[in-house]
Formats: sequence, structure tokens, C-alpha cells
Amino acid sequence: MIWNWEFAAEALPLLLRGFVNTLIATVVGTIIAAILGLIIAVAIRGLPRWINWLVRLIVAFIRNTPLVVQLIFVYYIFAGIPGLVDVPALVIGFIVIGIHYSTYMSESYRAGIDSVPPGQHEAATALSLPPVRTFTAVVLPQALRATIPSLGNYAVAMFKDTPFLFAISVVELVTSAQQFGAAKFAYTEAFTLAGIIFLLASYPTSLLIQRLDRRLATY
Amino acid sequence: MPPTENTPTNPSPYETAGTTAPSTASASVAPSSSAPPAIEFKDVEKSFGSTTVLKNLNFTVAPGERVTLIGPSGSGKTTILRLVMTLEELTGGYIFVDGKPLTFEERDGKRVELPKKQTRAMTTRIGMVFQQFNLFPNMTVLDNIIEAPIHVLGKSKDEAVKEAKALLEKVGLGEKADAHPTRLSGGQQQRVAIARALAMSPEILLLDEVTSALDPELVGDVLAVLRDIAETTDITMLLVTHEMQFARDVSHRVMMFDGGQVLEEGTPDQIFNNPSHERTRSFLSSVL
Amino acid sequence: MTDNFTSLLSFLPQLWEGVQTTLILTIVGSIGAVIIALILGLAMTSEHGWVRIPARIVVEFFRGTSLLVQLFWLFYVFPLLGVDLEPMACGIGALALNYGAYSAEVVRSSIKTVAPGQWEAAIALSLSPSRRMIRVIFPQAWALMIPSLATLLIQLLKGTAVVSFITLSDLTDKITQLRQSTNETYFAFTVGLIIYFVIAWLIQELMNFLERRATAALGRSRPNSRNDRRQARRDARMSKSTDPGSTSIAGPNSGNIGYGGPL
Repeated sequence: MIWNWEFAAEALPLLLRGFVNTLIATVVGTIIAAILGLIIAVAIRGLPRWINWLVRLIVAFIRNTPLVVQLIFVYYIFAGIPGLVDVPALVIGFIVIGIHYSTYMSESYRAGIDSVPPGQHEAATALSLPPVRTFTAVVLPQALRATIPSLGNYAVAMFKDTPFLFAISVVELVTSAQQFGAAKFAYTEAFTLAGIIFLLASYPTSLLIQRLDRRLATY
Repeated sequence: MPPTENTPTNPSPYETAGTTAPSTASASVAPSSSAPPAIEFKDVEKSFGSTTVLKNLNFTVAPGERVTLIGPSGSGKTTILRLVMTLEELTGGYIFVDGKPLTFEERDGKRVELPKKQTRAMTTRIGMVFQQFNLFPNMTVLDNIIEAPIHVLGKSKDEAVKEAKALLEKVGLGEKADAHPTRLSGGQQQRVAIARALAMSPEILLLDEVTSALDPELVGDVLAVLRDIAETTDITMLLVTHEMQFARDVSHRVMMFDGGQVLEEGTPDQIFNNPSHERTRSFLSSVL
Repeated sequence: MTDNFTSLLSFLPQLWEGVQTTLILTIVGSIGAVIIALILGLAMTSEHGWVRIPARIVVEFFRGTSLLVQLFWLFYVFPLLGVDLEPMACGIGALALNYGAYSAEVVRSSIKTVAPGQWEAAIALSLSPSRRMIRVIFPQAWALMIPSLATLLIQLLKGTAVVSFITLSDLTDKITQLRQSTNETYFAFTVGLIIYFVIAWLIQELMNFLERRATAALGRSRPNSRNDRRQARRDARMSKSTDPGSTSIAGPNSGNIGYGGPL
């Protein structure tokens, strides 16, 4: 086995620096996806039929095409618009990843909203609550409860997709591992450590979400 | 039917001697007293987690005997059937089928689990019909019936099909061989399930609330099939049912369970008309 | 615009090469993923800890470390260990392992979702454990797992795009080449994304077909109709904890549920 502890020790701080970008992309991406996803889910319910159809087509399109290609696409678009040339790749990264995952999260919201028993709606109507109030005060809070674990799962999935930012040379965890590996020819240490960091971060989070899921499932 | 009403009991081919003491009834009802009991429970204990359902349970069922278990829900009746079918693991004690150990045996004073294969060889003599039918939805009616005879008993396909068709005729579903189970009514599904169990030529048939999931108008057909089996075969039957008239008609013996214990037992006549325990009386008046 | 189409036309042979690479990765990767999923998924349903626990560890390992880490490991680290893999083999291997691990969880939870009465009836008929699984449980679990598998196979297709990082010239690589030769970012990427979208749609249609067959074999009527999907959504909510998607990357209610092909 070719394992060099010195390389490993040298790589670790670099990787952790890269990991900061990974976390930024994940957190900001999640926030964008969570907000945009909710907007899509709510909009689809209220829009006229043909716009609804169009929105769903776009959502399906974004959802079923590779994130990597979308990243490169938007990266070039930004590079072609004079005012946007200087936007850091990391920003492009979390915007695109956020939009990509918003198409998944909108499904979670939709399912969550559907899961609220019709009786709740009827009771609110019986109290003569206005529709908007019914939605924001009665339906949405209950829907979110059912949605949160699923959003968490997508956040973890997004976290594991952040290495795709390699495509637009954002120096996140895996990119920094690759750079270190290339410079020192120490791929073993770099990628193994990168894998361990991923595992250490994602597995406990997944377990946490599972527990949350179970707790929220019981009213 | 109120317990006080005096109805003639089913003329039984067997001498049924009533007794209220558990585990002594078998000898007197056995048609061939030399043969070992079809089923024997010895110091059986069953608990789920910290809840003990059965404790120190002893009883025997003679070959050819038909025994109905009654009692309030949670009294452990269904658990007894499931233990015989090896669907539940025995927590303590032993079960014997035809005098041979089913899942555990005593060896040098120790309780040892039998190899799974050996247990499975024993269970081929036992058939079970469930409350929820449990037909395999991915197979036709015919395939449901021939699966085990071919792959467990090693029968040829022709033979298995021939027997299956005869059984379907017997349960009144000769036309449904190629139908999907999901296309049948509950009553029809249950009759297929009975045919499926009979196709294994079981010596022991376990019937677990087989009419409880059926619409009232479908119960009659299923019970008619079971009556027919009771009258024309000498299969040992252990049944849990809420159909008291049926129990009275087909069983040789009725055992009243409460809290995992045999509260009393006897002929249907004794139990239904002359229960000795107040608990039995109140249970019967609640279900009749 | 017409210029674009002429250059696209002359670029077609190259584009087709890229599509072929992507298709090979997708198809072989999917087959590998499904085989791995079946082995690990079945192992995870075992009652023996010495079978179940190692399978669970392997699954969590490949789910927990990112696809790209696994790909780079195969591509950069394996040669250092004396194992030289073709880039194509690296790509297929990483895709099969990563998505196979996710799919294994789907296989496991689908098997666990089959009604307990089916197991009991199979035991009551004294069927052997393997016969029980092959004839009774798996055909029913199969119908349950297809929608989630469809989602994962489309994820796998999307995942193939990373192989352009390890010198393979797949569709993604050809799109960037097309962009360079036409200097038309929008045109090149729109063409490329549409091709990916069409492949995804084909996968979805294939899986819908398989699902229709599987549910028809279970004797259910009008499988995969709008009504059924609504019902499936309802069921998924009722049994959130047992939903195959809820612990996988697909998340609950994704996949076929609510999405039966691009509209």
C-alpha cells in the first residue's frame, strides 16, 4: 500500500479549505432550491393551464438533463455577457445547483401540500377564512411538516453533487484534492481523504434526517 | 344463537369425552389411540418483547380431531395457529407434530433448535388458510395451487394440474383456473386459498378466522366448502373462528382461551350450552 | 441560424460518437448498477447479520462518498495500486457502484414492503427460501421498485456527464466542442440538453413499459394511469417511512410519481 502520512497531513488543510466552498455551495444552493421550489409548487397550482404546462415542461427539462452540462452552459453564458464576466464561478455554481434542485424540491412541496387532508381546507372555508389565509396559515404549515425530511434528503444529495462544480473550476473539496494529487502525485491520499470527509459529513446528516422523518411522522 | 338454546350437536364419528381439565382430552377422542397426537403443545411459552401471550400451555389434538379455539381477542388463539405453522418463533417449550418435534427438541436436557430444512419437511404436513387469503397476486389461480405440489412435493406438472383442477371443481371454481386472484371476490379468493392448502394433502389444516374478512353474503359459500371437507376427509383441523354455529357443527372439541390459558374445554354442546365459567358465558353472550 | 445548422450537420458524425459513448456508459452502467443493487439489496434483507451488515456498510460507503470521488479514485489511484483501467471501465465502474448502492436501498425497501401475508403464505406452503423469493416476493417487489429505479437510472444518465473529466469524449465533451466550432453557446448547449432530455425520456418510457407489465402480472387494472399515480402519491404519504425513495437520492414522491415522462 502506498500511503504517505506526510502527504496526507499536507493535503488535509488544503482539502478543508476546499471544503469551505463545498459547504457554501450546499448551504446557499439549498436556500435557493427551497425558496424557488416552493414558488414553483405554489405557482403551478394557481397558473392558467397553458403556462402551467410550460412551467412543468421547463421543470422536467431541468430535472432530466445533467447538472454538469447546465453548469458549463451557464458559465459560458455569464462569460459572454460583459457585465457578468467577473461573477465568481462559485456564485454561478450555487445558483445553477440551486435551480437544478428546486425542480426536485417543488415535487416534495407538491406532495406535502397534497398530503394535507381535504377536511382542513373545508374547515378553514367553513370559518370563512380568505383563501390566501387558508393556504398560509392552515395548509402550508402542515405541508411543510411533511416536506422537511424530503428537503433534507435533497440537501444531502446536493452536497454530494457539489464536486460537479469541478466542471467550472470552482475549487471545492474534490477539485482541491485533484489539484493536490496532480501537484504532488499523491492521488491516493488526496482522494481517500476527500472520500472520508464526504462520508463523515453526509452519513450522520442522513441519519439525523431519518430520525427527524420518524419524529415528524408521528403527530 | 343464545347459549341456552338446545340444538342437537353434530353427530360425530368420534367418541368425544368432555372434560374441563386441559391436556387430558386427547386420549379419549383419538380414533386410533395408539397413534401419537397430531399436535402436541408442551409447556409452550410465547412472548412478543416483554408481553407474554402464552405461558405454560399444554394440550394435544388427536389425529382426525377438529378443535375450535374461542376466546376474546388477544387471548392468543391466532398465535397458537401461527406457532404450529412456524410463522412465529417459539419462546419456550416444545411443539410436536405426529409425535415428532417441530422447531425445537430436547437434547441432553437442553432445548435445541432444529435445522430449518428439517422443520420445513415437517410443515409440508400442515396447511394453513389465512384471514386475508394471501393468494399470490403474481400468479394465476391455477399457478397458486400447483406451485407447492410441484416444487415442494416434487409432483409432475400434469399430475399437479389434474389435482388442482379437481380441487377447484370441489370448491366450486372450476372455471376460474386461469383467472388472476385479484379479479375474484373475497369469497372466491378464500376458496382458492383452501384449494391451495388442500393441494398439499395436509394432515393438519389450520384455519385462522377464514371468514372474518368476507362480506356477510360470501361467508356461506366458504363455510359450505369447509363443512364438506370436514365431512368427507379425516384431516385434523385447528380453527379460530367467530362463526359459532359453524364451530358447533364441525368441531369435536371447543377450547375457551383467556389470557393465554385454556379456561375450559369440552364438546361444543357443553361449552355452548353449559359453560362452567362465567368468563365463557359472558364471552359467548357477547359474540352470539 | 442557418449557419448553425450547416455546422451542426457537418458535426453530426462527431456528435453521434459522443452520444454513443454516453449511451454505452448509461446502458452498461445501468446493467451493472441493477446487478449490484440486486446483490446488495437482497443481502440487506438477510436475517443473518454476517450477510446483512457488510452489505449495509458497502451501500452506505458508496452512497456517502461522492460519485466524482469514486470516479477519480478508479482513474487516478487504481493505476498507483497497479491496476490500470481504461477510462471507459472507470466510468462504468463508478456509475455502477454509486447508483447501484442507491438502487440497493430501493431493492431492500421494496422487498420489505411486500405484504407480510405473502411471506407467511409462502412459508405455510413450505416453499424453500430461494423459491419464496424468486416466485413470490421478488415479482411483487419488482413492481414496487421500478418507479424509483427509473428515477435513479435517469440520475445515472445525468451522472455520465462527469466522464468528460477523465478524458472520455462523451456527449458533454462534444457539446463543448460544438460550441467552440460554432461559437454559439445557446445553440450548442440547447442541442446537447435536448439530446440528454430525449434519452431520459426514452428511459422513462422503457421503465413505464416495464412497470405496466409488472403490475399487469399482478392483475392490477390500468397500471400507471393518472389515477394510479395519484393513488401512489397518497400511498407514499401514508407509508412515508417505507417509501423506497425517502432514503435514497430520489427522495420521496419523485420518479414516476408525478412525473410520467416529460409531461
